[in-house]
Order: sequence, then C-alpha cells, then structure tokens
Amino acid sequence: MPPKTRQPNAPLIRSRKPDALGWADVTPKAQFLNRRQLMAAGAAGLGAIAAPGLLKAASPYSTDAEANTLKEITSYNNFYEFGWDKGDPAAIADQLTTDPWSIEIAGMVDKPGTYDIADITKTAPIEERIYRFRCVEAWSMVIPWNGFQLSALLDRVGVQSGAKYVAFQTLLRPDEMPGQRAGGIDWPYVEGLRLDEAMNPLTLLATGIYGEPMPNQNGAPIRLVVPWKYGFKSIKSIVKITLTDTQPPTTWNILQPREYGFYANVNPTVDHPRWSQATERRIGGGLFGARQETFMFNGYGDEVADMYAGMDLAKNY
Amino acid sequence: MGIATAVNTHLRALPTWPVYLAGLIPLAWVIWLVMSGGIGVDPIKGIEHRLGKIALWFLLGGLVITPLRRLIGVNLIRYRRAVGLLAFFYVTLHLVTWLVLDMELLWRQAFNDLYKRPYLLFGIIGFVLLLILALTSNTASIRKLGRNWRRVHWLVYPAVSLGVVHYLWQMKVISQEGWIWAGALVVLLGLRLMPWLRSRLFSRQRPI
Repeated sequence: MPPKTRQPNAPLIRSRKPDALGWADVTPKAQFLNRRQLMAAGAAGLGAIAAPGLLKAASPYSTDAEANTLKEITSYNNFYEFGWDKGDPAAIADQLTTDPWSIEIAGMVDKPGTYDIADITKTAPIEERIYRFRCVEAWSMVIPWNGFQLSALLDRVGVQSGAKYVAFQTLLRPDEMPGQRAGGIDWPYVEGLRLDEAMNPLTLLATGIYGEPMPNQNGAPIRLVVPWKYGFKSIKSIVKITLTDTQPPTTWNILQPREYGFYANVNPTVDHPRWSQATERRIGGGLFGARQETFMFNGYGDEVADMYAGMDLAKNY
Repeated sequence: MGIATAVNTHLRALPTWPVYLAGLIPLAWVIWLVMSGGIGVDPIKGIEHRLGKIALWFLLGGLVITPLRRLIGVNLIRYRRAVGLLAFFYVTLHLVTWLVLDMELLWRQAFNDLYKRPYLLFGIIGFVLLLILALTSNTASIRKLGRNWRRVHWLVYPAVSLGVVHYLWQMKVISQEGWIWAGALVVLLGLRLMPWLRSRLFSRQRPI
C-alpha cells in the first residue's frame, strides 16, 4: 500500500467548518484530473489512489459516493448553445466571454438591479457540495460543486410576499454560442423553480467544480444546481433571475410538453415517454456494471419529499 | 459510359472477399477507440451509437447499388450481398451492445422498454426483417425460393426505413445530421419509385 498523499488545504474552498476535509485532502489534483490513467497505472504499482472510505465530505448535504473525474465532468456535456454533441461544449465553449459578467435580478424583489458576478459570489461563503447528478437521458455522475445556496442570494435581495416562482435565463449571445444561431430551440434557454424549491438548502448557485472556477462547458461563470431534479433544470451561465407569481415557461417543457414537465423531479417510477427512468448508467462505470438503480428524488427524498406531499407526481412530472 | 465501363472491367477482376474484409475496418476502428480511450467518457453509448451509425452506412450503402447501375452504369451488384450481410453484422453488434453492455441483461426492463418505446420496437422489427434477409442471402436460398426470393428481399426497404426512423426517434431533437440521413433515405426510396412513376405517366399519356 503506497503512502497516502495529503494536501493540507483546498484552494478556493472556504468551508464553514474550518476542520472540514475537502476534495484535496483525499484526492491530490494530479489524481482527480487523471484518475483513470492512474488506475491503469496502478496495476503496475504506480498508483497512489485514496481509498474511497476516506472521502469525508465538508457538507452534510454531500454524498460520500466517489466523484467523477474532472475530465469526465468537463468532456460530457449537454449545453446545446454550443452544439448537439456532448463533446461540442468542451471543444468550443472556450470562446465564451465570461468576464465581465453580471446578473439582472428582477421582478418581485426588494432590491432589484444588475449585480456584478464578483458581488454575487460574495453573498455567502463558497462551500463544496458533492452531489449526484442525474440526466433525463438516464445517465448520471457525481460532481463536487463549489457554490452557495440560492436561498442566500434570494434572502439578500429580499423576496416580496406575493412571489411564488423563480425564473432563470441563460446568456443569449449567438456570436459566441453557435448553437443559438441554429434552429431547434427558442433561445435563450429558460428555466424555473417554485419558490420553496429555490429556497431549499440543496439548491445551489455553483461557481466552480473541484475547486476550479466553473469550466465554460459546465455553465461558467455561474449556474444553478438542483440535485433532485433532472439535469436540464440546472440552468447554465445565468444572466437573469426573476421572482414572479406565475409559473415561468421552461425551455424543454415548451419544446416537448409531453416529455419534459415543469417539475422534472428524478423519479424512477415515471418513465420518459421514450425510455425508462428506473435505472441509470453511471458515467465512469466502465464497460460492465455501470447501470444502477435510480432513486426517488435522486436519493434526496429526506430533504425534498415534503415539498411535494399530496401531489400526483405522475401528472406533475 | 466510358468510365463506368472501365470501372466495371476492373471490378470484374476483384473477388468479393476483400469487401467483407474491408467491412471489418469500422469494427477495428471502434475496438481501437475503446482500447485507446478515444471512445470518450461514456464508452457504452460510444460503442452502441457508433455501431448503429456504421450499420446505417451499410444499410443505405446497399440501397445505393441499384441506382448506381441504373443511372451511372457502374455495376456493383456482385458486392450487394456482402454489403447487406455486413449491415446485418453491425446491426447485430449494435443490438448485443444494447442488451449486454447498456441494459446489462436486465431482461425485464429491456422488454418493458421494447414494449413501450416505439423507437426500440422499430429497431427490433428492423432487426428481425434483416435476420430474414441475412438467412436467405445465399445461393442455395435464391435457388430454393425462386421468384419468391425477390419478394422476400423487397423487405429491405421497410427494414432500412425502420432503421432510419429508429435512429431519428431516439434523438431529443432531430439534429441536422438526422435530417440528412432522412433525406438520403427518401431520395434512395424515391429512385425506386421513378420507373414505376414513369410507366404510370406514359400509360396516362397514351389515351390523350
């Protein structure tokens, strides 16, 4: 057994708990960047791979499942603004300008206005949340996000009493996002949450992955992460947040209302009309044994099930 | 016609086995991608989709042979069986990949999916049709079935069409490439209708 390598502190991550361990405590950067190659090399006695049991999460909301490599997370993306293929965003998203960046906060808030990204990210300490991520296409990853709770931002700008929903909008910039020059989708991409969903402590505004600034193909500089919903709810590269009293339109629901609902909660018992949602393929699971059971609310039922009490989730899919 | 005749003359010297051998190159390419990691971070989908796409090339390639002879005069009819059997070979690998690697032999979910998802059903029906074609793609069958052989092998049109629809239907939104495949199929099927249309037109014109 080779000695375990430890890095004393995780760059860019400020945790609420000063003694908490981050990703860097268990997985040196060179390894998470390149775990698969190292695993191959491990057979030759070169590997120094942290035992999965060591992965102690900083946040009680984090999963202890082994995270996907940065390579996997950054080379397999549905970000149709950059093309239809999952490899397109990694290939061309570097042409996206993310500085300067600001978010317009509008609608039923006490302090509407345009907030600079540097100001937004000061809303709350950036923490690490290792979340399961389940795509509606029935594949999944585990991703160590860095970010802060959306609730902190909403508290800061002051949600007015009549507000019931939060609407989000992605950047519209066809000259840098070639997918927006092609047809198929009515750009810009829009998404929405019910206010209680937005205020749920799991709901994150993410600004990074693995302690690195958010890669462009993953939705730089700031994106939503709603881990109990299918991935398309976690809107990328946000430029506008609007508080409203009516349910906002959402892109996939407009496109295919029969296939994609407003709620889009991960639900193994409600199939997509064209495929089963009972199981999922874990990216990075290799050629054999990658398929695993899908959990209700992606395994976050304890935190979110109450919000949907009494609702028919087969109808409100 | 000069070039076509020259091509035909040269091809006459070429036996069919190199076509089978060349048909395995795409498989070698997929295996190489898996070994080298070039298949991407989702190797199962990578293998499955690539095999399906290769099968489509052979399926539509098989439909190119007859119009090529009719319109340009290049005669590749000798290689049509090889192209068809290779198409069947890749469709089978695509199906096995789905069943073994993707579904991991979860038969119940696989069958439920088949039953509920038209695109899977279309794919499977296409496979069954191709199986019939593959089993009768030998000289003995041609002899035994006589003129019925042509009738049986007319099934290639629904089989290829089901394959293309299967491909389009699994997309979230039909991509540009998807429309190109659909367009190619429509053109290739349309070319079959041309002689029929022409005869209809002529027979209508006569009484006038």
